Parts: sequence; structure tokens; C-alpha cells
Amino acid sequence: MTNSTSTALPRRTGGAHGRQWRAVGWTRPLLIGAALAAAAGSLLWTAAVSGFEQPRITLAFGVLVAVGEFARITLPGGREVAPVAAASAMSYAFLFTIAGEPVLHSGLQVVAVVAVGMALGELPHIMVGRPPQWGDLARRMLSVAVIALLFKPLVALVDLDGPLWWMALVLMAVIVVVVWAADSVAAAAIRADRLRTRFVVTVRDEMRAQVAIGMAVGASAILMALSVHVMGLTTLLVFIAPLLVTEVAFRRYAQIRRTYLQTVRALSRVTEVGGYVEPGHSRRVSRLAQGIGCELGMSESELLELEYAALMHDIGQLSLRDPIPSGATVLASPREQSSIAELGSAIIRETGVLDGVAELVRRQWEPYTGDGDAGPPPLGSRIIKVANAFDDLVGDSTDRDRVEAVLQRLRMDTGHEYDPMVVEALATVLQRPHPSRRDD
Amino acid sequence: MRALPVAARLYVGLVALGAATVILLGVLLGPIAEVDLDTLLLLAILFVIAESIATMVDSGKTGISPASAASLAAVVLVGPVGAAVVGIASGLVIRRQDLVKRLFNGAQFVVAGYASGTVFQLFGGRMGVPDPGAFPWIILPFTGAVLTFSLCNTLLMTGLMWSLGELRLRRPRHVRWRPLATLELSSIGYAMLGLFIAAIWDAVGPFAVLLVLLPLFIARWAFDQYVFQQRAHDATLAALCQAVETKDYYTRGHCMRVAKAAAMIAEELGMSAERVQTMRYAGMLHDIGKLGVPTKILQKAGKLTEEEFAAIQLHPMRGYEIVREIDFLDEALVGILHHHERMDGGGYPMGLAGEDIPEAARLVSVADVFDCLTSTRSYRTAWSAEDAIAELRRCAGTQFDPRMVEALVRAVEREGWEVPDLVEPLSEECEARAARTPQNGTGARTGEAPADVVPAGAEPAAQNGAGADVTVGAVEEAAGS
Repeated sequence: MTNSTSTALPRRTGGAHGRQWRAVGWTRPLLIGAALAAAAGSLLWTAAVSGFEQPRITLAFGVLVAVGEFARITLPGGREVAPVAAASAMSYAFLFTIAGEPVLHSGLQVVAVVAVGMALGELPHIMVGRPPQWGDLARRMLSVAVIALLFKPLVALVDLDGPLWWMALVLMAVIVVVVWAADSVAAAAIRADRLRTRFVVTVRDEMRAQVAIGMAVGASAILMALSVHVMGLTTLLVFIAPLLVTEVAFRRYAQIRRTYLQTVRALSRVTEVGGYVEPGHSRRVSRLAQGIGCELGMSESELLELEYAALMHDIGQLSLRDPIPSGATVLASPREQSSIAELGSAIIRETGVLDGVAELVRRQWEPYTGDGDAGPPPLGSRIIKVANAFDDLVGDSTDRDRVEAVLQRLRMDTGHEYDPMVVEALATVLQRPHPSRRDD
Repeated sequence: MRALPVAARLYVGLVALGAATVILLGVLLGPIAEVDLDTLLLLAILFVIAESIATMVDSGKTGISPASAASLAAVVLVGPVGAAVVGIASGLVIRRQDLVKRLFNGAQFVVAGYASGTVFQLFGGRMGVPDPGAFPWIILPFTGAVLTFSLCNTLLMTGLMWSLGELRLRRPRHVRWRPLATLELSSIGYAMLGLFIAAIWDAVGPFAVLLVLLPLFIARWAFDQYVFQQRAHDATLAALCQAVETKDYYTRGHCMRVAKAAAMIAEELGMSAERVQTMRYAGMLHDIGKLGVPTKILQKAGKLTEEEFAAIQLHPMRGYEIVREIDFLDEALVGILHHHERMDGGGYPMGLAGEDIPEAARLVSVADVFDCLTSTRSYRTAWSAEDAIAELRRCAGTQFDPRMVEALVRAVEREGWEVPDLVEPLSEECEARAARTPQNGTGARTGEAPADVVPAGAEPAAQNGAGADVTVGAVEEAAGS
């Protein structure tokens, strides 16, 4: 067995173990409930008992949070972030002095102001029918609450103008990192639940996806708090500039990623329009393959590759002069299957950037025990093989008996043709009332 | 690396000499003595780190560096000579670069730093950490310093390019101002941050640079990712379009050439960069619906039956259906849907006329037919660009929008048009086609002929004489492709 394939195989033993780690369904409601409670409690306390201290500063930060929230972006993978709002809220929690004038607001006031700012920023979105992802919103809100509650009592111990001034910096940095890590774990729990995949995998995915933007937000928050400390409120706007640049860059990146996916999804339909495959085949195979991939604990980047490969797995048929009957490759001879896979892979390789996808497509027809010396095909190819066979045999039908019969047929071929692990994952995916979907 | 031209060596030598003079004068005349050496050293180290990270993160295209923020902070904190000394550090940056380049970079930053420091003090800026009272008026001398810095760098770089012979003087109209302006603006933006680094230097020292530059590095990284994805996307789009064409040997590359022609027309009409891109996409995807038309109809020679012609007429609609879910195509969608409409209303699928036809469609239609005429088909050889243009002009007004035709003509006159040169297909394919060609010659009449099929008589030679009637057919049928 070669190295490249051995990475995919141990998952089999990890299957049962991974299932134990699956997050339970209450993470998201719990977070939303906690955020609502924190917002309501702090608002009541601040409005009724303590009153809003230093209205000018309160207003400035409240407006920044609202504007930042309004300009939220959705990163690839459906992750909603609002860098400017997050950084403003964090720096509000971090404030020491305003050009020498002491800061009077309590941690509860921070939470209240941020809650109001976020609500105002979301309002226009909700009015035009683009509600936020409530789980993400709750996470943003709670991160700030945790920072305010952690930092406020500790900062009193640090003298920013004394010899230990750097302690304040270290303290802020540590808090930012800790809160970022906790936030990623919460996000991972929500995601694992939504995609029905393994918690450990999503934690890694979340951390990887959020590390860059998290660093930018953290650094900017500290910078803004410091600049206000030295020069007063006016510089707030200037110091947010680097973060604005970051936000613009991420916005464009997220946009092109969405576009890319749209393009591949749309163009994968050329085989359907050309009459090579049944209508909707590529999409159904892609959705099934992703469900199986999640079930088997594939990481986000692997899932994306799998999605592209599944969408384009029949593209090689374009080179055929005449479509094969109803496009069902499962009925074609191995030689035909292999040549379609080769042609498709050549087309994809032509792009120069999708080599991984091309490899998955090239080996999609091979039996799971492998063909020749190359060893077993990669997990992605094995998944596409099963998903494609299933869809070819079942098609659009939702008849349970037919689904069962096809599953039985696939199971009978697991000795050589289909990977038994993948077939069982398929069975699990099919048992769910609603197939898992990715919204990005 | 190949040897540098003498002029370039001389030029780099001169700049380096200037830099050395500045430093020597500064040290000998004594202003360096007032500078806080710790700050100077820290700034220099930061400069090197910032510049090194920038080179690692950057794909190497932009040519501006956030390290200029450190340089400008030095202008405020340690004065002109200090800034010049910090500039030397750029020669020590960790990257793969030969000595001459390092020398030039170092010298460039020394000269720019000194000049901007001098301007800063001329306008009344004081050396050292600015106190809160200095705001906001300190912005004025600082802006002067930033502009000087940027100007110096640009001039020195231009000089280098010129001495390397890579820069040709062009007429101002043909210079692409937009990318240049973006570059200058962003470098000025970076430099402005120098003031703020200087302002919080007292509170947090060198961490200031880290805090300011970290988001910028991340922004740059994200931007690089964006550029990479953009390229990947374009490559994927092109590859998939070409895949659709593999069925017919003779139409290979058609979509990419139409995309190019469409972009040329759009540029000639002075459209914005984004619209030019949209037109390019429209050209690239205009025939994607052909896939829904059975191969045997597409390649059928001779007369088509009513049904077959109806099947061909469906292709713009089919194409539209495939791509309509792609948001960014936007205007290109109507371009794809209507690229077979005619100005006189005789086209399909809707029979729109004149200005009712979307601009994108009128544009793609001209680009499409132009490429059809200038490329080889199974039944005829390619026309020359001149003949094709004459033909387009003749049909302007009835079939094409004259504005688009003239734009294409101007663009082709300026940039030229490479007629695709086709390697002969495999011999059996040739024979198969040859067997069919005679039928073409039997003069299929206009409308009903298959897409892409032009009667053999419709060659330019025939055009001069009695063949006028036939040539009308030529364009109409080519337009059916």
C-alpha cells in the first residue's frame, strides 16, 4: 500500500470513535439563548441601575459596531463574520483611558452597547429578508461579553504608564487568543451538528478558516484601544483603516469563491443539456457524495475537492460522439468507463489548478480494491463511484423499496467493486429525513 | 541573471553615490548625533522584518511594500538622516536577490527617506514622538513628506526602467492609468500609517509597527488568495468552454477567439474594465448551448429540415438556461440569449430589432461572425481579416450594429488579428469531410442552411462578381453558428 492511500484508510477504524465525538444538537440554541440573556440582562442593568456612562464614547463605539455589523461578510463555508464590528466591540472592552481621561463604563455596559449596535446593524439586513446566521451572531456577541468580563477586573491591576506597561499588551493578546480559540470550538460544534460530521474535524477546519481574520481583528482591536489611550477618540477612524483593507480583501475573496462554485455547478449541467446524463444527475451525485464525505469525516478542503469532482465526474462524456443510453455509466463497460474518466480528467487538468480534482475523476471508475499497481483509489474516487452508481440506478425516484433494493445490490458488490465503508455511509446518509446541505 | 546594460549599471552607481553622500554628510555634519540610537536601530530592524515578510507574502507583482510605513515613521521619529540610515536596511532584506538590486533598493530608500525627512522639517514638522497637541496640524507636513517619498520612489524606479530599456515612452492616451493610480494610492496609504506608528511609539514602542502591519499583511494574503482564485476560475471557465467544442474539430478555439474579439470591441467602445470582462465572458460562453444540439445536425451538410433548423435555433436559449444561475455573468446573460438577433428584426430567438437588442448581444454577434469568417471550416478555407471586415461592413445596419462593426474594425487595425492556424485534422477525418463537401457547393439557399455551413461558392473571390447573392448567405449562415 502506498503512502497516499494509507491516509484515507485508517478512518475506517475511526468511524465508530468519531461518532462518539459528534456534537449534540443543543450547542446552537444554547449559544443563542445565552447571547439573548446576556444582551437583555446587561441592557436592563445599564438602563435601569447604572445608566450609560460617557455618552459620547458610548455613541462612537455603538455607531462603529452598527456600521461594522451592517458590512458583515460571509466567508467560504457559510461563515459569517463582521471584522470591523468585532474589532470595535473588542477595543471598546479593552479601553484604558481616553487620552488620559479615565474610562468609567462597566463590563455590562460594553455588552449592552454592543448588543444595541449589532441589532441596529442587522436591522436593514433583516428588513430586506437577509437574516443573519443567528448562531454566528450569538458567537460574535458572546465573544465580546467574555472579553469584557475577563478584562475589566484584570486591567485594574496593570499600570499602563509604569515599567510593566507591556503586561497590558500581553494580557490583551492572551485574552484575544483564548477567546478566539473558544469561539472556534463553539463554531465547530455548530458546524459539526449542521453537517453531521465529526467534531474534531470541524474544530481543525474552523481554526484554519478563522485564524487569519481572527488575527487581523485582534491586532486591530488592541491597536484601536491603544490609539484612543494615546490620542483620543478622533484617531479611532484612522486606525480602523488597516482592518477595512482586510475586510475588502476578504470580501472579494469570498465572492470569487462563491462565483467559482456557481460556475462549476452551472457548467456541470452541460452534460445534462447535451443529453449525456439524466437531468439533475451531477447535482444529486454531488450532494450524496458530500453527505458521505461528511459522514466519513473528510475535512473542508477535501469536501470541496470532492464536490467539484462529483459535479464534473461525467464531463468526459462530452468527448463521446453519441451519448451512452440514458448516460448511466454504471452500465457501461469498464473500458468505456475508464476512457470517460480519462477524458474528463484531461479536461479538468487543462485548467492547471484542479489537479486534485482531476485525479479523483480519473480514478472514479476503479474498483475499490484497486486496479493494477497503483493501489486502491483515493477515498474521494471511491465515494463518487458509489454515489454515481446509486444515482444511476435510482435516479430521481424517492421510492423506499427501490432505494433499499439498490442499496442491497451495491452491498452485494462490496467484495471487489464498491468500498463497503462508503456503502454503509451512504446507507446512513439515506436514512436521514433531510439530506445534509451546505449553504454557501 | 543576465548582465545588466551599461546604462543601468551607471544609473545604479549614481543613485548609490547620492545615497552615500547623504549619509556621509549627515554623519559628518552632526545631525545624526541628536538621534536616539535605540529608536533608530529598532526602526531599522522593523523595516527589515516588515519588508521580508512582505516579500514572502506577496506574489511579487505589486511592487509596493508596507515597509514604507516604517520608513515614514522614521521620518517623524528620527529625522531625515535617521530615515536615510533606516533606508540602508532595505539592502539587508531576506530574499533571493543579487547585489546590484540590493544596492539599488537600499540607495533608493536612503534618498527617498532623506528627501521626505527634509520636506517634513521644512514644513515645520519636529523630530521625535509627536505630542497629542501636535494633532491634527502635523498632518500637513507629514502629507508633504509622504508625497515626496512616493514621488522620489516613482522617479527613481522610472529611471531604472528607462536605463534598463524596459520602458518605452508611450502616448498618454495609451498608458493604462488605472492600475498606476491604484498602485500610487495604495503606496501613499501605506506611508500615511507611518505617522500613526510614530504617534503610538511612546506607548508601545515597536509593537506599534506589528499592530499596524499585521492586518495589512493579512489583507495582502487574502488579496493574493483572491487573485489566485480569480485566475483559477478563469482557467476553469475556459477549459470547460473548450471541452464543449471538442466535438467539432473546426470550431476548436472559437469561444476563446470570440471572447478576445468581444473584449477588443468593448475596450474600443471605452467600456469600464468590469464590463469588458463581462463581454469577454459573454463571448466565451455564447455557444455553450450548442451542446444541446445533436452532433449530427451541427455537422450535417446541405439542407436542413424545418425541425433541424428549429433545433439549432434553440441553442441560445439552451445556453442561457445553463448559465443563468451564475451571478457574475449579469449583462452577459442577455448577450448569450440574443446573439443571433438581427438589427432588422429577422433573427432569433425573439426577433428583436434595433436598439431593443441588448448592447451585449449586438457586440457578441459581431465578434462571433468575425471569427467564423476568419477561421477555417470543413467546407471552406478561412477568409482574410480584410475580406471579413468588408463583409461585416456590408451587412452593418441590416444584420449588425454599425457602431460595433466600426469598433471592431478600429480595434483590429490597431492590434491586428491573428487568424487561427489550424493543423490539418487526421486524414480519415479529412476524407470523411471531403466526401461531403460537394453537396455544399450545390448552393443551399440562405436561411435554411445549417449553422456554420457556408456554401463553398461563398469565397472571397466570388464576392467580387456575380456571387453577391451567395455572400449574403455566407454571413447569414455564419451568423447561425
